[in-house]
Amino acid sequence: MAEKSDYLLEMKNISKDYNGNVVLKDVSLSIKPGDVVGLVGENGAGKSTLMNILFGMNVIRDTGGYGGKILIEGNEVNFASPSDALKAGIGMVHQEFSLLPGFTATENILLNREPQNKNIISQVFGKRANTLNRKEMQRVALLAITKLGVELNSEMVVGSMPVGHKQFTEISREISKPNIKLLVLDEPTAVLAEKEAEALLRSIENLSKAGIAVIFITHRLQEILDVCNKVVVMRDGMVVKELVAKSTSISEMAKLMVGREVKAQENAEDETSKLRVVENKPILSIRNLWVDMPGEIVKNVNLDVMKGEFLGIGGLAGQGKIGIPNGIMGLYTAGGKVTFDGKDIPLNNPRECLTSGLAFVSEDRRGVGLLLDESLEWNVTFSAMQIHNKFLKKIGFIKFRDNKAIKKTTDKYIEQLQVKCTSSKQKAKELSGGNQQKICLAKAFVLEPKLLFVSEPTRGIDIGAKALVLESLKRYNRESGTTIVMISSELEELRSSCDRIAIISDGAVSGILPASTSSEEFGMLMVGNKTPKEAS
Amino acid sequence: MTNELELQQTPQKKGSAFLERIKSGVKAFGLPRLIITGFLVLLFLIAPAAHVNIGTAITDVINRFGMNAIMVLAMVPMIHSGCGLNFGLPLGIIAGLLGATLSIQTNIPGGASFWLAILYATPFSVIFGWAYGKLLNKVKGSEMMIATYVGFSAVSFMCMMWLLLPFKNPTMIWGYGGSGLRTTISTQGYYYHYLNDFLALDFSKWVSPASVGDGAFIGAMKNFFSHLVIPTGMILFFAVFAFIIWAFLKTKMGTAMTAVGSNSQFAMASGINIDRTRTISVIMSTWLGAVGILVYEQSFGFIQLYNAPFYMAMPAVSAILIGGASVNKATITNVIIGTILYQGIVTMTPSVMNGLVHTDMSEVIRIIISNGMIIYALTRKTEASR
Amino acid sequence: MSNIFKNAVTSVKDGFKGFGDRQSKKFHDFVNRGPKENLKNLGEFALNNIVPIIFIVFCAFAIPISGQPFSSVVRDVVTRLMRNSFLVLSLLIPIMAGMGLNFGMTLGAMAGQIGLILVSDWQVVGIPGLMLAAIISIPISIVLGWFCGTMLNKAKGREMVTSYMISFFMNGVYQLVVLYMMGSIIPIASNSLLLPRGYGIRNTVNFAGTKGSLGMRKSLDNFWSFNIGTIQIPILTILIIALLCIFILWFKKTKLGQDMRAVGQDMEVAREAGIKVERTRVLAIIISTVLAGFGMIIYLSNMGTLNTYNSHSQIGMFSIAALLVGGASVSKANIRNAFLGIILFHTMFIVSPYAGKNLIGEAQLGEYFRVFVSYGVITLSLVLYEVKARRAKGHQAKELKEAQEKMLKNKETAEVIA
Repeated sequence: MAEKSDYLLEMKNISKDYNGNVVLKDVSLSIKPGDVVGLVGENGAGKSTLMNILFGMNVIRDTGGYGGKILIEGNEVNFASPSDALKAGIGMVHQEFSLLPGFTATENILLNREPQNKNIISQVFGKRANTLNRKEMQRVALLAITKLGVELNSEMVVGSMPVGHKQFTEISREISKPNIKLLVLDEPTAVLAEKEAEALLRSIENLSKAGIAVIFITHRLQEILDVCNKVVVMRDGMVVKELVAKSTSISEMAKLMVGREVKAQENAEDETSKLRVVENKPILSIRNLWVDMPGEIVKNVNLDVMKGEFLGIGGLAGQGKIGIPNGIMGLYTAGGKVTFDGKDIPLNNPRECLTSGLAFVSEDRRGVGLLLDESLEWNVTFSAMQIHNKFLKKIGFIKFRDNKAIKKTTDKYIEQLQVKCTSSKQKAKELSGGNQQKICLAKAFVLEPKLLFVSEPTRGIDIGAKALVLESLKRYNRESGTTIVMISSELEELRSSCDRIAIISDGAVSGILPASTSSEEFGMLMVGNKTPKEAS
Repeated sequence: MTNELELQQTPQKKGSAFLERIKSGVKAFGLPRLIITGFLVLLFLIAPAAHVNIGTAITDVINRFGMNAIMVLAMVPMIHSGCGLNFGLPLGIIAGLLGATLSIQTNIPGGASFWLAILYATPFSVIFGWAYGKLLNKVKGSEMMIATYVGFSAVSFMCMMWLLLPFKNPTMIWGYGGSGLRTTISTQGYYYHYLNDFLALDFSKWVSPASVGDGAFIGAMKNFFSHLVIPTGMILFFAVFAFIIWAFLKTKMGTAMTAVGSNSQFAMASGINIDRTRTISVIMSTWLGAVGILVYEQSFGFIQLYNAPFYMAMPAVSAILIGGASVNKATITNVIIGTILYQGIVTMTPSVMNGLVHTDMSEVIRIIISNGMIIYALTRKTEASR
Repeated sequence: MSNIFKNAVTSVKDGFKGFGDRQSKKFHDFVNRGPKENLKNLGEFALNNIVPIIFIVFCAFAIPISGQPFSSVVRDVVTRLMRNSFLVLSLLIPIMAGMGLNFGMTLGAMAGQIGLILVSDWQVVGIPGLMLAAIISIPISIVLGWFCGTMLNKAKGREMVTSYMISFFMNGVYQLVVLYMMGSIIPIASNSLLLPRGYGIRNTVNFAGTKGSLGMRKSLDNFWSFNIGTIQIPILTILIIALLCIFILWFKKTKLGQDMRAVGQDMEVAREAGIKVERTRVLAIIISTVLAGFGMIIYLSNMGTLNTYNSHSQIGMFSIAALLVGGASVSKANIRNAFLGIILFHTMFIVSPYAGKNLIGEAQLGEYFRVFVSYGVITLSLVLYEVKARRAKGHQAKELKEAQEKMLKNKETAEVIA
């Protein structure tokens, strides 16, 4: 029934929505054997959803499947699980390593696919009593490593390898699988040093020569130019353009990635903004900040925040923008010098930060932001009670919780932020994501901070709540003159709310521009290219 | 938009709604707890058939409740601060034993020796609790296993100390050897029944046992009351401590402690010093353990040294779990209900069993119930998430 | 059959070769490094092996103080080595599967005891009796091990405390069976086993043999043995222990062994690769429980008497303490740790009452001391393990800090040059 197709993989008119929220619209993609296709786009452009669909991940099926067709070598397929995809010859290397640190490269490459020898005991007790055929394991592993064309000691324990070799082990594992035809690499160079990244790019070329097609997802656009023959740019769930790698440039790609026709920044210039005064004197200055936050490492950040302004911090995921507030507020080990309101803030000391008038709404709502098992009253008032001794009343000489005052304040914020709940006694875990976020904001507002960090305030919440959260932040900034630093992965969100936006790339500030600057320029900063027009 | 949808419940059929409610009720109360309560009620129902006097039974249960309740209460601070179940309770007990032996060494007779024992025990519990708390802060996540072995190590270390410490009071040391403390020391003449007898309600003084002329109901009531003794002082003593802990949990510090146990990340982000809060909770637990054992001794009549404290944590741990606490949530109500249920079963099974089948299976039943309860708490899904 | 033998031989050979290679490599490294580096490494070595070192030092002092002739200490240690090795070795497999110290090994000990009680009631004596007891213990161990493993799967991350509580819980069930059901529901004929009341097993059961027939006591040890001086060398027992060691070495090379090592390192990665994580973990506990059952039978046949309601609970603690004394940790243990641990731990155990008596005139003190040491060792090992695991996590922050400092320094020098 199948006519032989030139294409190894064809994805036709793929669409996907989560509860009516469209994330992919009419995406088509076709790949020939040996093709190296670069897939670029901002966070949330739909790259990972597309890959999840290709691999038949549970997330997709649990949320109602997808629209469109996937063909492999001309035959329509619909994978029920990632292992089905593997059987059809598609492999993926994820951003996070899926390796066992105590095993050698060989053992990891052949994990749960080890060649075995039968013996008399296994005849009785079944296959798991087979002994491993170490020689054959070695041979298969070396074969895969040679195919990749990298230097990798197959007998080295993964735990003591440099990151690059771990990455090679991961890739070797995928290509050691029989009939591998297509390999998806999700930001494989993000964690690598320059030299290692070069070696990896060469190995991609080797794979291509061996007839294996590669989908290469990366934010480093130069790498795309170096190694790909085709580039697919995605934005807002659509393929914006397919480019031929030879005849494009970094700036063209960056423009396509972030460029948007809608002009959003008029919001930033509304009347209310005129009511307040942004003093041209820094309230917070950060010097040589480093933060050890796994996955969001900050290496060297220097940044000044002006009094009364609404500063945005943007950048791609994993570059370190989230690490900044987490480090300053003492949630992760940090070093460097931070001066706030004229005095030095000791790092790794949350209490000092809070008492000197900083507050933080964490991106990790459920982990850090909320007491899930406690009432909304506790969630809203706890920090203020502990830091500013609010909501306490004296009975005798001991201070007890003042439940009346607690309830009054909580009810006030429930009304003001339109939190949907049964009462202020409801447990935080029973609320929806958007309402939980509003509670987190209320918690910060009660502290009456001079400067408020808000990290990814709209992540995982619906559009209605999103607008409300952003609106109340803006109002808070305008009305009470509180300086706000908002960290977000969504550039448009930053552009619509902030005065200036700092872009973080590779753990450092790559540039600060006014929010009215074109998206294209921000895009260039995000991928690590500093523009000469850098504002200070 | 969607969050409104999330809040809306899917409509249910009315018939199943009732069943659902029963199911969720059982779930909230916990099946094991339901079985244990049922078992206790059953024991009381069949008690008359086993010729067990209900008055005596109730007296026993109340008495044992008073003896053990403070040691169960000692679980509360550590559970609140997220240190888990205090399997290291023997450490507090040792502080209490040191207080008791020192008090007898001081040789002040009567009730004053009880207060003196608490006074002596306090510095020990603070020091032990502080060190124990520091240690537990270093091993966050596996507190319970290490707590168990810290308790065991401390008990076995003290075994040597009881032999070596230069105690001199002849009521305490081995008569023949001349050195080393006895395994059991009587509290008679010191604080024996000091709390038990304080304002005690001994109904046998006022009611005589049933006589021939009484009707069935009057006879039963007479039989009941003539065996009933209520150790008011001991119950009051517990009530005071329970109130103090209850009130403490409502203070700023107590609120912080609960938050640390509920979500330590949240507490840290709110500027709470996690380690300090945890250490304070451990000191509180240890001190309550010390006071608890003193209350136990004054009612029991003996100070038990050497190997006795080894397994004293288990009854307290399972009592609070039976009362409805979990590894990171506990209330004073859990303490009271749990202690009554646990001690009810421990005191009722031997007498009822003996009366019915002339075998004492109570020890086996106690082991299965108390440890089964702990396993149940440890393997519950909701607990495993944190 | 020859195939498996060949496998076993090669695996042992590989084991030795691997050991030799590792040692020579270590030596090589040692020579190649400078003296300062070596001193640092020595410190690290001491820190990593603090427990065995403390014990060696202690034994070195306590043996002379005890006043016991060296030969008699050696004799006692050899006896205990033969008696306890199998039990201690049964702990290795769950450690491999990342489940920590299997406090639930007492479950296997209970199964072994039930087997022995039944066999002595049936008057099957000598080696056949022991074998029959072992066969009876297998299904009981499997059921108990399955129960324990399933429970531990529900308590991931706190396996040890859970398995510890399970051993207490099962002790209740064991008492229910042995003290109330044996003789009433489970037929027991021999009156010498039953309590005077007619049901329930007596507190001690003697395997020395009744009615003039040979019992099971020492039947394994006496079957085939020779003496060196006053020290009895039981060849059959040694062979059985050697067989277990070979089995463990061989097991590490099987698919199941590999899967266990994988699961032990990271359950999520193993699951992604298609390994059945839960099943593998349950299997680890079942194998350990069955082996502990055999170990208990060997132990009791050497002892000659069963302390019906105590033997199993003591043996759990002593076996775990012995393994830890040998330098094992919650996540890493091998055959060497087991043997070294038994030798050191039992030397301490034998000499401390005498040492206590000679030092302070109280034998009791020495007895308390050895109990304290058993618990103390377990506590120390658990704490050290946790602290080390934490320290490893803090490593990255240090690296970042150093990188930052280096960068600043470079900048400064650059400025100076400019």
